[in-house]
Amino acid sequence: MLISFYAAPRITVRFWPVVLRNLLVWRKLAVPSVLGNIAEPLITLVAFGYGLGSMIGQVQGLPYIEYLASGSIAVSCALAATFEGLYSAYSRMQVQKTWDSIMNAPIALDDIVFAEMLWAAIKSVFTVAAIMAVIFVLGISRAPTMLLALPLLCFVGVTFASIALVFNALAQGYDFFTYYFTLVMTPMTFLSGVYFPIEQMPGWLQAIAHVLPLTAAVDLVRPLVLGQWPHQVWQPMLVLAAYALGGYYLALVLTRRRFFK
Amino acid sequence: MPEPIFRIAHLHKKFGDNTVVNDLSLEIQPGECLGVIGPNGAGKTTTIRMCLGLVGPDAGEVHAFGLPIPQQVREAKKRIGVVTQFDSLDPDFTCAENLRVYGRYFGLPKATIEARIPKLLEFAALQSKADAKPGELSGGMKRRLSLGRALINDPDLLLLDEPTTGLDPQARHLMWERLQNLLQQGKAILLTTHFMDEAERLCDRLLVLDHGRKIAEGTPRGLIGEHLESDVVEVFGDGALPMAAQYASLAERVETSGETVFFYVRQPQPLLQALGQHHDIRTLHRPANLEDLFLKLTGRQIRDE
Repeated sequence: MLISFYAAPRITVRFWPVVLRNLLVWRKLAVPSVLGNIAEPLITLVAFGYGLGSMIGQVQGLPYIEYLASGSIAVSCALAATFEGLYSAYSRMQVQKTWDSIMNAPIALDDIVFAEMLWAAIKSVFTVAAIMAVIFVLGISRAPTMLLALPLLCFVGVTFASIALVFNALAQGYDFFTYYFTLVMTPMTFLSGVYFPIEQMPGWLQAIAHVLPLTAAVDLVRPLVLGQWPHQVWQPMLVLAAYALGGYYLALVLTRRRFFK
Repeated sequence: MPEPIFRIAHLHKKFGDNTVVNDLSLEIQPGECLGVIGPNGAGKTTTIRMCLGLVGPDAGEVHAFGLPIPQQVREAKKRIGVVTQFDSLDPDFTCAENLRVYGRYFGLPKATIEARIPKLLEFAALQSKADAKPGELSGGMKRRLSLGRALINDPDLLLLDEPTTGLDPQARHLMWERLQNLLQQGKAILLTTHFMDEAERLCDRLLVLDHGRKIAEGTPRGLIGEHLESDVVEVFGDGALPMAAQYASLAERVETSGETVFFYVRQPQPLLQALGQHHDIRTLHRPANLEDLFLKLTGRQIRDE
């Protein structure tokens, strides 16, 4: 056996050219890519924020548009990282055989998995930065603390990219990812306090919500976007870290198994 | 004899119950082209993947430049270039960008990469296509770009897995010309191929692989002399099949495949004279070649793998 499937990650500086490769492709397609990524959250903001918001009034002491916009940032980050870790990584891994050609150079699979994870996180930050710019221009929030949310959102991107790469390692085709979006990401979006407070749900659902990574992301990001400090930092940070580390390690083990079995 | 640049010793690999590589040993000297020929499923691609540390052997050793693989594969790969059976060019990048990005994977300095790009585009006869994407290239151009990409690190050893499969004759000849050029530069090549004319033209030494096992090794001419009669007379046409039994005594060996009879002979004249009396057949008299050798050693049955 080349490497024990369960060995600790062996990452070298060679991961960086792989990140650069993905960045170079993205730069060629950046404008349509960003427009595509911000169109959906923007439509949601306008339709629900202004439409529904005018009927709802305040949620947890916030105008609904602010409540929704700040939560949407966390969702967009999670979705962007997930999409990159599923569809785009799968294209490179399976369809284009990009990973195979990289491994013919002195770069190991561990470096590639790490690079893909990091790249997906970076890309999610690009997307989120564009949405923040829209929120700033629309005047929904102009809080300087919004900038502090960016490194935090990179961490959120790392978390969701790591989880996505687990499913990438298991996938036999693109169809598989549809299930992941409809059965995992969409329900999570509704359970994580993005559109309405978790407290509106029955107790058992609240218990589930509190261990979801998206809830943790929303709890941290929402106050910063709106110019406040998070009520609690360590609990949501630990939830995110657990998913990030667990997801990344599992993704690495499963990807090694896929390539070297 | 100089130290081999590449050495495989007693390599074994099983996938489940299927033995893919069975006690395979080989050596490549600097500047030498070693051809590995064998039917589909003979273990050629798996062997190359073990050479690259992408598949772990069950037993046996691989050394490149004295470095053990897979333990020091990263160091070894700095001096190896690879062209795989299927193109894995980046479809989003131009030809020049494909080379540039690949050069970065080797950690090469930017100036080195930029200096090599125009030379490699010229080598691949793609100067005018520097800004074209792989989707705009013909099959032959893509293969040449793949070869150019494999040369970005100026390797001492090239591993080429069926580099001309799927190419038309013109593209194949251009590829051969380039590979001969590389051999003249002193690079060593390990080549797998299905094409016997390719093996004969390029390879100093050949290794015939079947069911993961080495069944013959030698120079192309040497192997033919060792295993085959000098001449082949092929007979086809309506009346061909009865000829096999009728003139078996005039040939060292007779084979029938479909509607064609193959006589393997050392003295062709008596057979040709005898066949000349028949007007419902056509004959082709030719020297024995590698294809005959290949079919003799690995059989005529189709391999559906």
